[in-house]
Amino acid sequence: MLTFTIRRLVLAVPTLLFISLAIFLLLELAPGDPMAQVPLTVPPEVKEKMREALGLGEPMHIRFWKWIVQFFWIEPQVLIDHIFGTSFSAGDLRVISWQTRSPVMDIVVQRIPQTLWVVGTAYVVATIIAIPIGIYSAYRQYSWFDQLGTFVSMIGFSVPPFFSGVLVIVIFSVNLGWFPSIYDTTLVVNSWDSFVTQLKQMVMPVMVLALQITAQTSRFMRASMLDNLNQDYVRTARAKGLGEYTVVMVHVLRNSMIPVVTVIALGVPAIFGGAIITEQVFKVNGIGQLLITALQANDLPMVQTLTFIFAVLIVLFNLIADVLYGILDPRIRYD
Amino acid sequence: MTDREPLVPDEGLAPASEATIGAAGPLRDTLTTAPRSQWRNVWDQFTHHKGAMAGGIIFLLIVFAVFLGPFFWTLEATQIDIRARNQGPSLAHPFGTDQLGRDMLARMMEGGRTSVSVGIAAMLLALFVGSFVGVVAGYFRRLDSLLMRLTDLFLALPLLPLLLVMMLLFREPLSAAFGTEQGIFILIVCAIGITSWMPTARIVRGDVLALKEREFVLAARSIGTTNTKMIARHILPNVLSPIMVSATLGIANAIITESALSFLGLGFPPDFPTWGRLLFDATDYLQQYPSRVVWPGVAISLTVLSVNYLGDGLRDALDPRSRSR
Repeated sequence: MLTFTIRRLVLAVPTLLFISLAIFLLLELAPGDPMAQVPLTVPPEVKEKMREALGLGEPMHIRFWKWIVQFFWIEPQVLIDHIFGTSFSAGDLRVISWQTRSPVMDIVVQRIPQTLWVVGTAYVVATIIAIPIGIYSAYRQYSWFDQLGTFVSMIGFSVPPFFSGVLVIVIFSVNLGWFPSIYDTTLVVNSWDSFVTQLKQMVMPVMVLALQITAQTSRFMRASMLDNLNQDYVRTARAKGLGEYTVVMVHVLRNSMIPVVTVIALGVPAIFGGAIITEQVFKVNGIGQLLITALQANDLPMVQTLTFIFAVLIVLFNLIADVLYGILDPRIRYD
Repeated sequence: MTDREPLVPDEGLAPASEATIGAAGPLRDTLTTAPRSQWRNVWDQFTHHKGAMAGGIIFLLIVFAVFLGPFFWTLEATQIDIRARNQGPSLAHPFGTDQLGRDMLARMMEGGRTSVSVGIAAMLLALFVGSFVGVVAGYFRRLDSLLMRLTDLFLALPLLPLLLVMMLLFREPLSAAFGTEQGIFILIVCAIGITSWMPTARIVRGDVLALKEREFVLAARSIGTTNTKMIARHILPNVLSPIMVSATLGIANAIITESALSFLGLGFPPDFPTWGRLLFDATDYLQQYPSRVVWPGVAISLTVLSVNYLGDGLRDALDPRSRSR
């Protein structure tokens, strides 16, 4: 199992390098001048100096190498310094945002908790809802509950988050006035009242994200349960006189969870991507919203770093899914 | 057509209906009538899938409404009538008017035309790339691992952020080269197309790998069929069903992606309405005129829902195993 994990880890490195190169080249090939906003009265030689100050003077491969070093070598040092109070990174140049002239990672670290709270809660809620639905729909296949579940998950697949988000705002915020339509990230939870306010503002974004995740996960759960319910070992379990509850909830469920767990792991990066839209709808200032503002401001280092963080998430969760599959299902291991 | 798996007539006919069995009549007729083609069976199965039929009809209705509607509803989508702004539904404006007095029904049709065209064009591009990569990877063993690594790499890319980056960076040069609307259209179609071919490629490759081991391929090879002929005559017709299923899913995906880009303000410019853009514009007036958000949203959702049901039915109809159910 260890060699399997290590092999997967080693394979992830060239993937990540390739993706970072692809992102870098895409931004590089693209036209668009970071100096476009500078007034025309600024003389060209000053502009040239400003360009160099942004790190644009050097050839392409050197800049790529510098970015790689900054991201993979200096930023982890900053993190270690931050945790243990050491000073490995003192004096090293970090990835600097063109918008704020401060290190990109500092801003990302400020924004990540908001995204994690909303996305994480939505994911947990959706999984908790989806698994029982999937189990019951499979157990009573073609019952009215199953048909309803199919229809609801079809809707979950089809209604895009920018519509469902706006729709819940119209219903719950404009018409009923139950929840605020804008997520207030300055809220500090230190009392029962502020906790209730926090819960209230989280309800709608979580609901929108959870609808999509529930739709997918419950379908997978149902399909996986159906695959297992007709297996011979289920008949054996029933034949030896086990109760129906034990058969379904112990024998079948444990085997059907194997693919579902990996699907849940694989879905995490996708939901971060989807959160870009949800954050925009509810004005949550998470990393998705940060990406949009950076794109609008033509802040290339920020865009590059954020896109790469999304890529890292995808590769990381692919890895986790592979390893989990290997742990849960001994037949998958290749060693 | 001869290389297809010979269908056992009983199996194909069993679920069809009493009507076809009754029509076959006495034994004499069954022997003289031509054998039922595979596509006839698929069609029979498809028409028995209620969701798929409803989805297909609704999708066709939407397409007709969007493309033929302007012949019957002659108001211009861009015509500003500032005195009739922010009106509710009436006989003159069934969907009301927006903040500049433009007719919402005309704008919905205009927007739908763009959205549906983008969806279909992007799907075709993705399908072409996906099938090409899939067939080549499955058929030529030497290219297999290379192409599949490439597919895996593309699957590991963060698609929505990259799409946004592409839209931002290439918007102006393409608009300058092809004109605003054409340029953005080409950009969106290409961007969606080259970021959504991977699932098709994987499915097609799997099917091609299995087909290659079949006897009819061996037979065709033994009479000296060249690779090009083999792919065109024997491989491609047999992988048509997974390609058709991913075509429907591709339309749904492309429409949602285009609307998401427009919604984030990085799609078509404001003068060219699409459903996503209309939704985005309407969110500013959310409190006063919520219905303006609902129309484009419902249009997107309904289109995607109908296409998804269509794909679901197609998958069932094209899969011989589920036909006996």
